[in-house]
Amino acid sequence: MAAKKLNLKDKYKLLTRDLDWEFSYEDRKEAFPYEEFEGIKITDWSKWEDPFRLTMDAYWKYQAEKEKKLYAIFDAFQQNNGHLNVSDPRYVNAVKLFLTGVSPLEYQAYQGFAHVGRQFGGVGARVACQMQSIDELRHVQTQVHAMSPYNKFFDGFHDWTHMHDRVWYLSVPKSFFDDARTGGPFEFLVAISFSFEYVLTNLLFVPFMSGAAHNGDLNTVTFGFSAQSDEARHMTLGLEVIKFLLEQHEDNVPIVQKWIDKWFWRGCRLLSLVGMMMDYMLPNKVMSWKEAWEVYFEEAGGALFKDLARYGIRMPKYADVVEKEKEHVSHQAWWTFYAYGHAAGFHTWIPTDKELDWLSEKYPETFDKYYRPRWELAKKLEAEGKRFYSQALPQLCTTCQVPMMFTDMENPGELSYRSTEYKGEKYHFCSDGCCDIFKDEPEKYVQSWLPVHQIFQGNCGGPDVPDILKDFYHFNLGADNLDMKGSPDEERWKQWKSA
Amino acid sequence: MSKVYLILQDNDVSRFIVEAVEDDNPEITVIYQPAMIRMEAEGQMVVNRETVEEKLGRDWDVQELHLNLVSLGGNVDEDDDKLELSWAV
Repeated sequence: MAAKKLNLKDKYKLLTRDLDWEFSYEDRKEAFPYEEFEGIKITDWSKWEDPFRLTMDAYWKYQAEKEKKLYAIFDAFQQNNGHLNVSDPRYVNAVKLFLTGVSPLEYQAYQGFAHVGRQFGGVGARVACQMQSIDELRHVQTQVHAMSPYNKFFDGFHDWTHMHDRVWYLSVPKSFFDDARTGGPFEFLVAISFSFEYVLTNLLFVPFMSGAAHNGDLNTVTFGFSAQSDEARHMTLGLEVIKFLLEQHEDNVPIVQKWIDKWFWRGCRLLSLVGMMMDYMLPNKVMSWKEAWEVYFEEAGGALFKDLARYGIRMPKYADVVEKEKEHVSHQAWWTFYAYGHAAGFHTWIPTDKELDWLSEKYPETFDKYYRPRWELAKKLEAEGKRFYSQALPQLCTTCQVPMMFTDMENPGELSYRSTEYKGEKYHFCSDGCCDIFKDEPEKYVQSWLPVHQIFQGNCGGPDVPDILKDFYHFNLGADNLDMKGSPDEERWKQWKSA
Repeated sequence: MSKVYLILQDNDVSRFIVEAVEDDNPEITVIYQPAMIRMEAEGQMVVNRETVEEKLGRDWDVQELHLNLVSLGGNVDEDDDKLELSWAV
Protein backbone atom coordinates (compact mmCIF):
# COMPACT_ATOMS: atom_id res chain seq x y z
CA MET A 1 0.00 0.00 0.00
CA ALA A 2 1.37 3.40 -0.94
CA ALA A 3 2.07 5.71 1.98
CA LYS A 4 -0.52 8.43 2.40
CA LYS A 5 0.74 11.92 1.59
CA LEU A 6 1.30 13.94 4.73
CA ASN A 7 -0.74 17.05 5.12
CA LEU A 8 1.00 20.39 5.68
CA LYS A 9 0.37 20.52 9.42
CA ASP A 10 1.71 17.01 10.06
CA LYS A 11 4.67 17.59 7.80
CA TYR A 12 5.53 20.80 9.62
CA LYS A 13 5.36 18.97 12.93
CA LEU A 14 7.58 16.13 11.78
CA LEU A 15 10.14 18.28 10.00
CA THR A 16 10.56 20.96 12.64
CA ARG A 17 9.52 20.13 16.19
CA ASP A 18 10.25 16.46 15.92
CA LEU A 19 13.82 17.26 14.95
CA ASP A 20 14.49 18.60 18.43
CA TRP A 21 15.99 16.50 21.21
CA GLU A 22 16.14 16.51 24.97
CA PHE A 23 19.41 17.38 26.68
CA SER A 24 20.39 14.48 28.91
CA TYR A 25 23.90 15.42 30.05
CA GLU A 26 24.28 19.07 29.05
CA ASP A 27 22.68 21.95 30.90
CA ARG A 28 20.14 23.63 28.58
CA LYS A 29 21.07 27.01 29.97
CA GLU A 30 24.66 26.51 28.95
CA ALA A 31 23.59 25.35 25.50
CA PHE A 32 21.55 28.54 24.97
CA PRO A 33 23.50 31.13 26.95
CA TYR A 34 21.91 34.24 25.41
CA GLU A 35 18.31 33.30 26.00
CA GLU A 36 17.71 34.98 29.35
CA PHE A 37 19.84 38.08 29.79
CA GLU A 38 17.46 40.43 28.03
CA GLY A 39 14.76 39.65 30.57
CA ILE A 40 12.47 37.88 28.10
CA LYS A 41 10.65 34.94 29.64
CA ILE A 42 9.77 31.93 27.50
CA THR A 43 7.58 29.36 29.19
CA ASP A 44 6.72 27.12 26.25
CA TRP A 45 8.68 27.13 23.00
CA SER A 46 6.26 24.63 21.43
CA LYS A 47 3.73 27.45 21.07
CA TRP A 48 5.91 28.92 18.31
CA GLU A 49 4.36 28.21 14.94
CA ASP A 50 5.22 29.30 11.43
CA PRO A 51 1.84 30.15 9.88
CA PHE A 52 3.14 29.20 6.41
CA ARG A 53 4.22 25.85 7.87
CA LEU A 54 7.22 25.90 5.60
CA THR A 55 9.50 22.88 5.84
CA MET A 56 13.01 22.51 4.46
CA ASP A 57 12.03 20.30 1.50
CA ALA A 58 9.39 22.79 0.27
CA TYR A 59 11.73 25.67 1.01
CA TRP A 60 14.45 24.33 -1.31
CA LYS A 61 11.95 23.43 -3.99
CA TYR A 62 10.34 26.86 -4.22
CA GLN A 63 13.50 28.87 -3.65
CA ALA A 64 15.16 26.97 -6.51
CA GLU A 65 12.25 27.89 -8.78
CA LYS A 66 12.49 31.52 -7.78
CA GLU A 67 16.19 31.51 -8.62
CA LYS A 68 15.66 29.91 -12.03
CA LYS A 69 13.14 32.59 -12.99
CA LEU A 70 15.34 35.34 -11.68
CA TYR A 71 18.55 34.31 -13.39
CA ALA A 72 16.78 33.81 -16.72
CA ILE A 73 15.84 37.48 -16.52
CA PHE A 74 19.35 38.57 -15.54
CA ASP A 75 20.66 36.75 -18.62
CA ALA A 76 18.07 38.41 -20.83
CA PHE A 77 18.91 41.83 -19.40
CA GLN A 78 22.61 41.43 -20.18
CA GLN A 79 22.10 39.91 -23.61
CA ASN A 80 19.75 42.66 -24.67
CA ASN A 81 21.60 45.73 -23.34
CA GLY A 82 19.05 46.26 -20.59
CA HIS A 83 20.95 49.30 -19.30
CA LEU A 84 19.86 51.22 -22.42
CA ASN A 85 16.21 50.74 -21.53
CA VAL A 86 16.18 52.70 -18.28
CA SER A 87 14.05 55.82 -18.38
CA ASP A 88 16.83 58.30 -17.75
CA PRO A 89 20.50 57.90 -16.71
CA ARG A 90 19.74 59.76 -13.46
CA TYR A 91 17.72 56.72 -12.39
CA VAL A 92 20.86 54.54 -12.16
CA ASN A 93 22.02 56.61 -9.18
CA ALA A 94 19.24 55.09 -7.09
CA VAL A 95 20.69 51.69 -7.97
CA LYS A 96 24.16 52.84 -6.83
CA LEU A 97 22.73 53.89 -3.48
CA PHE A 98 20.93 50.56 -3.24
CA LEU A 99 24.08 48.53 -3.86
CA THR A 100 26.24 50.49 -1.45
CA GLY A 101 23.60 51.13 1.22
CA VAL A 102 21.16 48.23 1.21
CA SER A 103 22.73 45.07 -0.23
CA PRO A 104 25.40 44.92 2.50
CA LEU A 105 22.54 44.96 5.02
CA GLU A 106 21.24 41.76 3.47
CA TYR A 107 24.61 40.23 4.27
CA GLN A 108 24.39 41.54 7.83
CA ALA A 109 20.90 40.03 8.06
CA TYR A 110 22.28 36.68 6.89
CA GLN A 111 24.96 36.77 9.59
CA GLY A 112 22.49 37.96 12.23
CA PHE A 113 19.93 35.23 11.58
CA ALA A 114 22.62 32.54 11.40
CA HIS A 115 23.68 33.69 14.87
CA VAL A 116 20.27 33.91 16.53
CA GLY A 117 19.16 30.75 14.75
CA ARG A 118 21.72 28.96 16.91
CA GLN A 119 20.74 30.77 20.10
CA PHE A 120 17.03 30.03 20.52
CA GLY A 121 15.96 27.08 22.63
CA GLY A 122 12.87 26.46 20.49
CA VAL A 123 13.29 24.39 17.37
CA GLY A 124 10.51 26.17 15.43
CA ALA A 125 12.32 29.47 15.90
CA ARG A 126 15.65 27.91 14.96
CA VAL A 127 14.29 26.47 11.70
CA ALA A 128 12.59 29.76 10.77
CA CYS A 129 15.79 31.71 11.47
CA GLN A 130 17.84 29.22 9.47
CA MET A 131 15.58 29.70 6.44
CA GLN A 132 15.64 33.45 6.83
CA SER A 133 19.41 33.40 7.09
CA ILE A 134 19.67 31.51 3.80
CA ASP A 135 17.12 33.89 2.23
CA GLU A 136 19.23 36.90 3.19
CA LEU A 137 22.36 35.34 1.72
CA ARG A 138 20.38 34.75 -1.47
CA HIS A 139 19.32 38.39 -1.45
CA VAL A 140 22.81 39.80 -1.26
CA GLN A 141 24.01 37.42 -3.97
CA THR A 142 21.13 38.09 -6.35
CA GLN A 143 21.44 41.83 -5.79
CA VAL A 144 25.14 41.80 -6.63
CA HIS A 145 24.41 39.76 -9.76
CA ALA A 146 21.48 41.99 -10.76
CA MET A 147 23.38 45.24 -10.40
CA SER A 148 26.80 44.13 -11.65
CA PRO A 149 25.96 44.65 -15.37
CA TYR A 150 25.59 48.37 -14.59
CA ASN A 151 29.21 48.41 -13.44
CA LYS A 152 30.28 48.00 -17.06
CA PHE A 153 28.50 51.15 -18.14
CA PHE A 154 28.14 53.56 -15.20
CA ASP A 155 30.45 54.97 -12.54
CA GLY A 156 30.15 54.38 -8.81
CA PHE A 157 29.57 50.61 -8.72
CA HIS A 158 33.17 49.50 -8.35
CA ASP A 159 33.85 49.14 -4.62
CA TRP A 160 30.58 48.95 -2.75
CA THR A 161 31.63 46.76 0.20
CA HIS A 162 34.57 49.01 0.93
CA MET A 163 32.37 52.10 0.67
CA HIS A 164 29.70 50.62 2.90
CA ASP A 165 32.19 50.36 5.75
CA ARG A 166 33.56 53.87 5.40
CA VAL A 167 31.45 56.45 3.56
CA TRP A 168 29.73 59.05 5.75
CA TYR A 169 26.11 58.54 4.66
CA LEU A 170 26.47 54.75 4.45
CA SER A 171 27.19 54.69 8.17
CA VAL A 172 23.46 55.35 8.56
CA PRO A 173 22.35 51.90 7.27
CA LYS A 174 25.49 50.17 8.52
CA SER A 175 25.11 51.43 12.09
CA PHE A 176 21.43 50.45 12.07
CA PHE A 177 22.37 46.81 11.53
CA ASP A 178 25.44 46.93 13.76
CA ASP A 179 23.13 48.17 16.50
CA ALA A 180 20.65 45.34 15.93
CA ARG A 181 23.29 42.63 15.75
CA THR A 182 24.94 43.75 18.97
CA GLY A 183 21.63 43.49 20.83
CA GLY A 184 20.47 40.20 22.30
CA PRO A 185 18.73 37.59 20.14
CA PHE A 186 15.20 38.72 20.99
CA GLU A 187 15.97 42.38 20.41
CA PHE A 188 17.53 41.41 17.08
CA LEU A 189 14.30 39.67 16.06
CA VAL A 190 12.13 42.64 17.01
CA ALA A 191 14.56 45.02 15.30
CA ILE A 192 14.90 43.12 12.07
CA SER A 193 11.83 40.94 11.75
CA PHE A 194 9.55 43.72 12.88
CA SER A 195 11.10 47.12 12.22
CA PHE A 196 13.22 46.22 9.21
CA GLU A 197 10.97 43.68 7.51
CA TYR A 198 7.53 44.88 8.45
CA VAL A 199 8.06 48.62 8.15
CA LEU A 200 11.16 49.24 6.09
CA THR A 201 11.56 46.58 3.43
CA ASN A 202 7.91 46.73 2.49
CA LEU A 203 8.42 50.39 1.55
CA LEU A 204 11.69 49.76 -0.23
CA PHE A 205 10.80 46.54 -2.00
CA VAL A 206 7.21 47.23 -3.00
CA PRO A 207 6.58 50.84 -4.14
CA PHE A 208 10.23 51.56 -4.93
CA MET A 209 10.55 48.34 -6.95
CA SER A 210 7.32 49.09 -8.76
CA GLY A 211 9.05 52.40 -9.54
CA ALA A 212 12.09 50.50 -10.85
CA ALA A 213 9.76 48.65 -13.23
CA HIS A 214 8.21 51.95 -14.24
CA ASN A 215 11.70 53.22 -15.07
CA GLY A 216 12.55 50.24 -17.26
CA ASP A 217 14.96 48.51 -14.86
CA LEU A 218 14.15 44.87 -15.46
CA ASN A 219 16.91 43.50 -13.23
CA THR A 220 16.16 45.59 -10.18
CA VAL A 221 12.40 45.06 -10.12
CA THR A 222 12.93 41.34 -10.58
CA PHE A 223 15.46 40.90 -7.77
CA GLY A 224 13.35 43.25 -5.66
CA PHE A 225 10.13 41.30 -5.98
CA SER A 226 11.95 37.99 -5.71
CA ALA A 227 13.53 39.13 -2.45
CA GLN A 228 10.26 40.59 -1.24
CA SER A 229 8.51 37.26 -1.78
CA ASP A 230 10.86 35.92 0.92
CA GLU A 231 10.31 39.04 2.96
CA ALA A 232 6.55 38.52 2.94
CA ARG A 233 7.43 35.37 4.86
CA HIS A 234 9.83 37.32 7.10
CA MET A 235 7.18 39.94 7.84
CA THR A 236 4.78 37.22 8.85
CA LEU A 237 7.48 35.76 11.04
CA GLY A 238 8.04 39.22 12.56
CA LEU A 239 4.40 39.47 13.48
CA GLU A 240 4.41 35.93 14.92
CA VAL A 241 7.56 36.67 16.93
CA ILE A 242 5.93 39.64 18.58
CA LYS A 243 2.69 37.77 19.30
CA PHE A 244 4.65 34.80 20.63
CA LEU A 245 6.75 36.94 23.00
CA LEU A 246 3.67 38.78 24.26
CA GLU A 247 1.75 35.57 24.86
CA GLN A 248 4.60 33.86 26.69
CA HIS A 249 4.73 36.17 29.71
CA GLU A 250 3.25 39.51 30.72
CA ASP A 251 6.71 40.68 31.84
CA ASN A 252 7.73 40.63 28.18
CA VAL A 253 5.23 43.35 27.24
CA PRO A 254 7.18 46.42 28.44
CA ILE A 255 10.45 45.04 27.04
CA VAL A 256 8.91 44.42 23.62
CA GLN A 257 7.24 47.85 23.67
CA LYS A 258 10.57 49.51 24.37
CA TRP A 259 12.18 47.68 21.45
CA ILE A 260 9.27 48.56 19.16
CA ASP A 261 9.66 52.23 20.11
CA LYS A 262 13.39 52.16 19.54
CA TRP A 263 13.40 50.24 16.29
CA PHE A 264 10.45 52.04 14.79
CA TRP A 265 12.33 55.29 15.29
CA ARG A 266 15.64 53.86 14.00
CA GLY A 267 13.75 52.50 10.97
CA CYS A 268 12.09 55.86 10.25
CA ARG A 269 15.41 57.66 10.27
CA LEU A 270 16.91 55.09 7.92
CA LEU A 271 13.88 55.41 5.64
CA SER A 272 14.61 59.05 4.91
CA LEU A 273 17.06 57.66 2.31
CA VAL A 274 14.28 55.61 0.72
CA GLY A 275 11.94 58.62 0.75
CA MET A 276 14.47 60.59 -1.25
CA MET A 277 15.00 57.69 -3.67
CA MET A 278 11.27 57.61 -4.37
CA ASP A 279 10.58 61.32 -4.64
CA TYR A 280 13.76 62.49 -6.36
CA MET A 281 15.63 59.58 -7.93
CA LEU A 282 12.83 57.89 -9.90
CA PRO A 283 12.33 59.98 -13.04
CA ASN A 284 9.05 58.18 -13.83
CA LYS A 285 6.86 58.46 -10.75
CA VAL A 286 4.61 55.78 -9.30
CA MET A 287 3.59 57.42 -6.04
CA SER A 288 5.08 59.96 -3.67
CA TRP A 289 6.94 58.98 -0.52
CA LYS A 290 4.08 60.41 1.50
CA GLU A 291 1.54 58.23 -0.31
CA ALA A 292 3.71 55.15 0.06
CA TRP A 293 4.13 55.87 3.77
CA GLU A 294 0.36 56.20 4.18
CA VAL A 295 -0.34 52.86 2.50
CA TYR A 296 2.56 50.81 3.84
CA PHE A 297 2.97 52.22 7.29
CA GLU A 298 -0.09 54.14 8.40
CA GLU A 299 -2.58 51.69 6.96
CA ALA A 300 -0.66 48.40 7.19
CA GLY A 301 1.20 49.31 10.40
CA GLY A 302 -1.93 50.83 11.88
CA ALA A 303 -3.74 47.52 11.34
CA LEU A 304 -0.91 45.69 13.02
CA PHE A 305 -0.94 47.92 16.10
CA LYS A 306 -4.71 47.69 16.39
CA ASP A 307 -4.28 43.92 16.39
CA LEU A 308 -1.54 44.09 19.05
CA ALA A 309 -3.56 46.38 21.33
CA ARG A 310 -5.15 43.33 22.99
CA TYR A 311 -1.70 42.48 24.41
CA GLY A 312 -1.24 45.98 25.81
CA ILE A 313 1.00 47.18 22.97
CA ARG A 314 0.46 50.76 21.81
CA MET A 315 1.57 52.65 18.69
CA PRO A 316 5.32 53.33 18.71
CA LYS A 317 6.47 56.40 20.58
CA TYR A 318 6.81 59.45 18.30
CA ALA A 319 4.51 57.99 15.63
CA ASP A 320 2.79 61.41 15.79
CA VAL A 321 6.06 63.16 14.88
CA VAL A 322 6.65 60.75 12.03
CA GLU A 323 3.17 61.40 10.69
CA LYS A 324 4.16 65.05 10.23
CA GLU A 325 7.64 64.25 8.97
CA LYS A 326 6.30 62.33 5.96
CA GLU A 327 5.72 65.77 4.37
CA HIS A 328 9.35 66.80 4.88
CA VAL A 329 12.02 64.10 5.12
CA SER A 330 12.46 63.23 1.44
CA HIS A 331 13.01 66.91 0.58
CA GLN A 332 15.41 67.45 3.45
CA ALA A 333 17.42 64.36 2.53
CA TRP A 334 17.75 65.16 -1.18
CA TRP A 335 18.68 68.76 -0.43
CA THR A 336 21.41 67.50 1.92
CA PHE A 337 22.80 65.17 -0.75
CA TYR A 338 22.59 67.93 -3.35
CA ALA A 339 24.57 70.24 -1.05
CA TYR A 340 27.14 67.47 -0.39
CA GLY A 341 27.10 66.17 -3.95
CA HIS A 342 30.89 66.50 -4.18
CA ALA A 343 31.21 64.02 -1.29
CA ALA A 344 28.62 61.47 -2.51
CA GLY A 345 29.39 58.32 -4.47
CA PHE A 346 26.55 58.99 -6.89
CA HIS A 347 25.30 61.98 -8.84
CA THR A 348 22.83 64.58 -7.62
CA TRP A 349 20.82 67.14 -9.54
CA ILE A 350 18.17 69.82 -9.40
CA PRO A 351 14.75 68.34 -10.19
CA THR A 352 13.38 69.37 -13.60
CA ASP A 353 10.60 71.97 -13.69
CA LYS A 354 8.11 69.19 -14.37
CA GLU A 355 9.40 67.29 -11.34
CA LEU A 356 9.22 70.39 -9.16
CA ASP A 357 5.59 70.80 -10.20
CA TRP A 358 4.90 67.16 -9.36
CA LEU A 359 6.41 67.69 -5.90
CA SER A 360 4.30 70.82 -5.39
CA GLU A 361 1.22 68.83 -6.30
CA LYS A 362 2.08 65.85 -4.07
CA TYR A 363 3.12 67.98 -1.10
CA PRO A 364 0.71 70.93 -1.16
CA GLU A 365 1.25 71.70 2.54
CA THR A 366 5.02 71.88 2.54
CA PHE A 367 6.81 71.88 -0.79
CA ASP A 368 6.10 75.39 -2.02
CA LYS A 369 6.43 76.84 1.44
CA TYR A 370 9.71 75.27 2.56
CA TYR A 371 11.48 73.46 -0.26
CA ARG A 372 10.70 74.89 -3.67
CA PRO A 373 12.40 78.23 -2.88
CA ARG A 374 15.66 76.36 -2.19
CA TRP A 375 15.53 74.68 -5.61
CA GLU A 376 14.71 77.98 -7.31
CA LEU A 377 17.81 79.46 -5.65
CA ALA A 378 19.89 76.43 -6.68
CA LYS A 379 18.67 76.86 -10.27
CA LYS A 380 19.64 80.52 -10.24
CA LEU A 381 23.11 79.76 -8.88
CA GLU A 382 23.60 76.95 -11.39
CA ALA A 383 22.58 79.25 -14.26
CA GLU A 384 25.21 81.71 -13.07
CA GLY A 385 27.80 78.93 -13.15
CA LYS A 386 27.95 78.77 -9.35
CA ARG A 387 26.60 75.28 -8.61
CA PHE A 388 26.35 75.20 -4.82
CA TYR A 389 28.38 72.70 -2.74
CA SER A 390 28.52 72.95 1.04
CA GLN A 391 32.13 72.97 2.22
CA ALA A 392 31.65 72.42 5.97
CA LEU A 393 31.42 68.88 7.30
CA PRO A 394 28.01 68.30 8.85
CA GLN A 395 27.36 67.48 12.48
CA LEU A 396 25.94 63.97 12.80
CA CYS A 397 23.35 62.59 15.19
CA THR A 398 25.09 60.21 17.61
CA THR A 399 22.30 57.62 17.32
CA CYS A 400 21.08 57.50 13.71
CA GLN A 401 24.25 59.10 12.26
CA VAL A 402 22.19 61.20 9.83
CA PRO A 403 23.51 64.77 9.45
CA MET A 404 21.51 67.37 11.36
CA MET A 405 19.02 68.07 8.59
CA PHE A 406 15.64 67.27 10.11
CA THR A 407 13.54 70.18 11.22
CA ASP A 408 11.31 70.63 14.22
CA MET A 409 7.78 69.53 13.35
CA GLU A 410 6.38 72.26 15.60
CA ASN A 411 8.32 74.80 13.56
CA PRO A 412 9.44 73.19 10.30
CA GLY A 413 11.64 76.15 9.36
CA GLU A 414 14.05 75.40 12.22
CA LEU A 415 16.51 72.54 12.62
CA SER A 416 15.64 69.98 15.24
CA TYR A 417 18.50 69.59 17.70
CA ARG A 418 18.79 67.84 21.06
CA SER A 419 21.77 67.14 23.29
CA THR A 420 22.65 65.36 26.48
CA GLU A 421 25.70 64.89 28.69
CA TYR A 422 27.18 61.59 29.71
CA LYS A 423 30.29 61.22 31.86
CA GLY A 424 31.28 64.80 31.18
CA GLU A 425 30.97 64.59 27.39
CA LYS A 426 28.29 66.25 25.31
CA TYR A 427 26.37 64.22 22.69
CA HIS A 428 24.24 65.61 19.86
CA PHE A 429 20.98 64.31 18.37
CA CYS A 430 18.54 65.05 15.58
CA SER A 431 15.42 64.33 17.63
CA ASP A 432 13.87 63.30 20.91
CA GLY A 433 13.59 59.77 19.47
CA CYS A 434 17.33 59.45 18.92
CA CYS A 435 18.16 61.20 22.22
CA ASP A 436 15.92 58.78 24.17
CA ILE A 437 17.60 55.78 22.55
CA PHE A 438 21.02 57.09 23.60
CA LYS A 439 19.93 57.81 27.17
CA ASP A 440 18.61 54.28 27.54
CA GLU A 441 21.90 52.65 26.48
CA PRO A 442 24.61 55.33 26.68
CA GLU A 443 27.47 52.86 27.06
CA LYS A 444 26.55 51.42 23.68
CA TYR A 445 26.17 54.65 21.75
CA VAL A 446 29.21 56.48 23.12
CA GLN A 447 31.08 53.97 20.94
CA SER A 448 29.37 55.12 17.72
CA TRP A 449 31.83 55.36 14.81
CA LEU A 450 30.74 58.77 13.55
CA PRO A 451 32.32 59.45 10.15
CA VAL A 452 32.74 63.19 10.66
CA HIS A 453 34.32 62.78 14.10
CA GLN A 454 36.62 60.16 12.63
CA ILE A 455 37.68 62.54 9.85
CA PHE A 456 38.47 65.29 12.35
CA GLN A 457 40.37 62.83 14.52
CA GLY A 458 42.57 62.00 11.54
CA ASN A 459 41.42 58.40 11.26
CA CYS A 460 40.31 58.64 7.63
CA GLY A 461 43.46 59.83 5.93
CA GLY A 462 43.39 63.29 4.46
CA PRO A 463 43.96 65.92 5.60
CA ASP A 464 41.84 67.43 2.82
CA VAL A 465 38.37 66.23 1.91
CA PRO A 466 39.30 65.21 -1.68
CA ASP A 467 42.10 62.98 -0.30
CA ILE A 468 39.64 61.31 2.05
CA LEU A 469 37.11 60.76 -0.73
CA LYS A 470 39.72 59.36 -3.09
CA ASP A 471 42.00 57.36 -0.80
CA PHE A 472 39.82 56.39 2.14
CA TYR A 473 36.46 55.98 0.37
CA HIS A 474 37.84 54.83 -3.02
CA PHE A 475 35.74 57.33 -4.99
CA ASN A 476 36.89 58.13 -8.50
CA LEU A 477 36.74 61.89 -8.15
CA GLY A 478 35.15 63.70 -11.04
CA ALA A 479 33.43 60.50 -12.18
CA ASP A 480 31.52 59.05 -9.23
CA ASN A 481 30.65 62.31 -7.48
CA LEU A 482 29.42 65.82 -8.41
CA ASP A 483 26.37 66.86 -10.40
CA MET A 484 24.74 64.66 -13.01
CA LYS A 485 25.16 67.54 -15.44
CA GLY A 486 28.53 67.23 -17.10
CA SER A 487 29.26 63.82 -15.59
CA PRO A 488 30.91 61.01 -17.60
CA ASP A 489 27.70 58.99 -17.00
CA GLU A 490 25.70 61.65 -18.78
CA GLU A 491 28.27 61.97 -21.58
CA ARG A 492 28.24 58.22 -22.28
CA TRP A 493 24.46 58.06 -22.21
CA LYS A 494 24.26 60.82 -24.85
CA GLN A 495 26.73 58.93 -27.04
CA TRP A 496 24.80 55.66 -26.78
CA LYS A 497 21.53 57.35 -27.56
CA SER A 498 22.86 59.34 -30.52
CA ALA A 499 24.57 56.31 -32.06
CA MET B 1 -12.02 46.55 10.56
CA SER B 2 -8.46 46.90 9.20
CA LYS B 3 -7.56 46.05 5.64
CA VAL B 4 -5.67 42.90 4.72
CA TYR B 5 -3.74 42.93 1.47
CA LEU B 6 -2.02 40.57 -0.92
CA ILE B 7 0.36 41.80 -3.62
CA LEU B 8 1.37 39.57 -6.53
CA GLN B 9 3.76 40.07 -9.42
CA ASP B 10 1.86 41.08 -12.52
CA ASN B 11 2.43 37.96 -14.65
CA ASP B 12 0.57 35.17 -16.39
CA VAL B 13 0.13 32.96 -13.33
CA SER B 14 -0.96 35.78 -11.04
CA ARG B 15 -3.65 36.78 -13.52
CA PHE B 16 -5.48 33.53 -12.74
CA ILE B 17 -4.83 33.72 -9.01
CA VAL B 18 -6.35 37.22 -9.00
CA GLU B 19 -9.40 35.91 -10.88
CA ALA B 20 -9.78 33.16 -8.28
CA VAL B 21 -9.44 35.57 -5.37
CA GLU B 22 -11.98 37.91 -6.98
CA ASP B 23 -14.45 35.03 -7.33
CA ASP B 24 -14.05 33.90 -3.72
CA ASN B 25 -13.88 37.38 -2.19
CA PRO B 26 -16.39 39.56 -4.04
CA GLU B 27 -15.65 42.56 -1.80
CA ILE B 28 -11.98 42.94 -2.65
CA THR B 29 -10.45 45.95 -4.40
CA VAL B 30 -7.84 45.20 -7.07
CA ILE B 31 -5.26 47.89 -7.82
CA TYR B 32 -2.86 47.60 -10.76
CA GLN B 33 0.49 49.34 -10.35
CA PRO B 34 3.66 48.95 -12.45
CA ALA B 35 4.71 45.26 -12.32
CA MET B 36 2.36 44.40 -9.45
CA ILE B 37 -1.24 43.74 -8.54
CA ARG B 38 -2.48 44.72 -5.11
CA MET B 39 -5.65 43.17 -3.68
CA GLU B 40 -7.17 44.62 -0.51
CA ALA B 41 -10.16 43.68 1.59
CA GLU B 42 -11.72 44.64 4.89
CA GLY B 43 -10.79 42.18 7.61
CA GLN B 44 -10.30 38.97 5.65
CA MET B 45 -9.24 37.45 2.33
CA VAL B 46 -8.83 33.86 1.23
CA VAL B 47 -6.98 32.17 -1.63
CA ASN B 48 -8.56 28.75 -2.25
CA ARG B 49 -6.56 26.02 -3.94
CA GLU B 50 -9.62 24.59 -5.70
CA THR B 51 -10.61 27.87 -7.31
CA VAL B 52 -7.06 28.61 -8.44
CA GLU B 53 -6.78 25.10 -9.93
CA GLU B 54 -10.01 25.64 -11.81
CA LYS B 55 -8.75 28.94 -13.25
CA LEU B 56 -5.29 27.62 -14.09
CA GLY B 57 -6.57 24.31 -15.44
CA ARG B 58 -3.89 22.38 -13.57
CA ASP B 59 -2.90 21.22 -10.10
CA TRP B 60 -1.70 24.03 -7.88
CA ASP B 61 -0.04 23.77 -4.50
CA VAL B 62 -0.90 26.64 -2.13
CA GLN B 63 2.82 27.00 -1.40
CA GLU B 64 3.36 27.84 -5.09
CA LEU B 65 1.88 31.21 -4.22
CA HIS B 66 5.34 32.18 -2.96
CA LEU B 67 6.66 32.14 -6.53
CA ASN B 68 4.48 35.10 -7.48
CA LEU B 69 4.06 36.74 -4.10
CA VAL B 70 5.37 40.24 -3.46
CA SER B 71 3.92 41.13 -0.09
CA LEU B 72 0.99 40.64 2.23
CA GLY B 73 -0.56 42.12 5.35
CA GLY B 74 -2.64 40.40 8.02
CA ASN B 75 -2.41 37.33 10.18
CA VAL B 76 -1.60 34.35 7.99
CA ASP B 77 -3.11 30.88 8.17
CA GLU B 78 -2.05 28.42 5.51
CA ASP B 79 -2.88 24.75 5.02
CA ASP B 80 -3.21 22.35 2.06
CA ASP B 81 -6.41 23.95 0.80
CA LYS B 82 -6.11 27.67 1.35
CA LEU B 83 -4.14 30.71 2.43
CA GLU B 84 -6.12 33.04 4.61
CA LEU B 85 -5.31 36.58 5.70
CA SER B 86 -7.23 38.21 8.52
CA TRP B 87 -7.30 40.90 11.17
CA ALA B 88 -9.38 40.34 14.30
CA VAL B 89 -10.11 44.05 14.78
